[in-house]
Amino acid sequence: MIQVENLTKYYNSFCAVDGISLNIRKGEILGLLGPNGAGKTTTLRMLTGFFNPTSGTIKVKDLEMPGDTLKIKELMGYLPESAPLYHNMLVFDYLTYVAKVRGLKGDEITNRLHELSHLCGLSDIMHKSVDELSKGLKQRVGLAHAMMTDPEILILDEPTSGLDPNQIAEIRSIIRRIGKEKTIIFSTHILSEAEATCDRIVIVNKGRVVADDTTENLKNRAQKTTCFTLALYGDSGKEILDLLQSIDKSLAVRQLAEKESGISLYEIRSSEARDFRKDIYLKIKETDWIMAELTRESQSLEHIFQELTKGV
Amino acid sequence: MYQTLHIATKEFKDYFISPIAYIVISLFLVVTGWFFFSTFFIFDRADMRNFFSLLPTIFSFIIPAVTMRLFSEEINVGSYETLMTLPVSFRDIALGKFLAATAFSGCMLLPTLAYPLCISMIGEVDFGPVIGGYLGALLLAGAYCSLGIFASSMTRNQIVAFILGAAICFTLTILDRILFFTPASLTEIIGFLGTNTHFQSISKGVIDSRDILYFLSVMFLGLFGTYLVMQKKN
Repeated sequence: MIQVENLTKYYNSFCAVDGISLNIRKGEILGLLGPNGAGKTTTLRMLTGFFNPTSGTIKVKDLEMPGDTLKIKELMGYLPESAPLYHNMLVFDYLTYVAKVRGLKGDEITNRLHELSHLCGLSDIMHKSVDELSKGLKQRVGLAHAMMTDPEILILDEPTSGLDPNQIAEIRSIIRRIGKEKTIIFSTHILSEAEATCDRIVIVNKGRVVADDTTENLKNRAQKTTCFTLALYGDSGKEILDLLQSIDKSLAVRQLAEKESGISLYEIRSSEARDFRKDIYLKIKETDWIMAELTRESQSLEHIFQELTKGV
Repeated sequence: MYQTLHIATKEFKDYFISPIAYIVISLFLVVTGWFFFSTFFIFDRADMRNFFSLLPTIFSFIIPAVTMRLFSEEINVGSYETLMTLPVSFRDIALGKFLAATAFSGCMLLPTLAYPLCISMIGEVDFGPVIGGYLGALLLAGAYCSLGIFASSMTRNQIVAFILGAAICFTLTILDRILFFTPASLTEIIGFLGTNTHFQSISKGVIDSRDILYFLSVMFLGLFGTYLVMQKKN
């Protein structure tokens, strides 16, 4: 559906996006992840034709930028970061204006506005001025703006930033609902969001793609290593390290800094995806140490993300 | 093409949603009315010559106030991004905004049509120069709108846009009156570049294609300059 090759963007001498290549299939929900300033917004702006890339090509279906930019724009709906709308217009007037510019006529406009106000929950605010709206409501109007002509491709730049948890859940459910038939690309720096909504995740850092895989695969990659934390009463010294080590060769044990006095903490890492909790418990039971806590840390995407985007 | 019209309609309506329209129109009417009628009975002539000779100077301050928000506000709020990613080309946007501003200037001139009508009640008015004058006024407004839009595209601050626009327009207005300072060989060219000579000749009722062409070129250059500035930004 969308093919991006070697996309590069320089702001004067600063390289914001450095040779990004992507291939986005039809009907995919793609999450563009990365720390602040990684080049997410710049990439999306080039995809929507707002910025001209310094070099590289963008192909949508069999249309190519910059020659067919207008036609490509017709296929796309775009919600920029923090939904910049005309603040002196009424929501209804604004959406009607967008509908007209997008080529809808007469009854089509009324019908579409009806549908959208249902989908995005706008019925109560249609007659309000845009600058009276809260951030979440603005975001919804922006979403309606992006979906005006039911475009095949939706590009959303941090659609949930600055919203409260309820609003985030709402926007996510809208994305999932429309994502069943549409190709959606959205950027975020909230990992759980990408994990919950995306089919595929692309992680960018410093303008480069550092990971590009399905959400499942990335999660599996994350779960390959397991990590347990063990807390024991008293100071058990080096002895316990050897004891724990004797459970399995694949374990790496180290003592962590004390959290509260009288309790020692140990971290046990394993490169195998096996649950060692039972073994650890039985081993401790053989001794006269008293166990305070034993937990398995679930490895999430967060670890992968941090690993990949650590400052170099 | 229909996009240009939708954008123009939206921008035109915008003027009347905000208080800007009413403030600018009242200001324009008060200023022109005062300067024109304060000396009107002293001259004791039933024509509008004084009104039209005032227009370029007044326009060079009023029109930049009309156009100052057109691009700078969009850049500042960020709505330019929303606008540019709709299926419209830059030409639609610039032309739409230009048409809206020019149409608004037309609205500003509309109430002044009462002047020739009132004057015709107390004396014989030659309507040739009046019609020419209004045609010239529209062309002049168009040219200044285009320059004002150019100024507006250069900055995200509306006040800077206004001052810049007024400076450009005012310079063009007084260009033929500062020929004294220019070298003799350039006098003719520089005189030709000013708006005043062209406007005054139209407002005398002499409709010369050269004058019309001049105003159309200024409009084109202003909008093309805007295009270059915005292109550079992206």
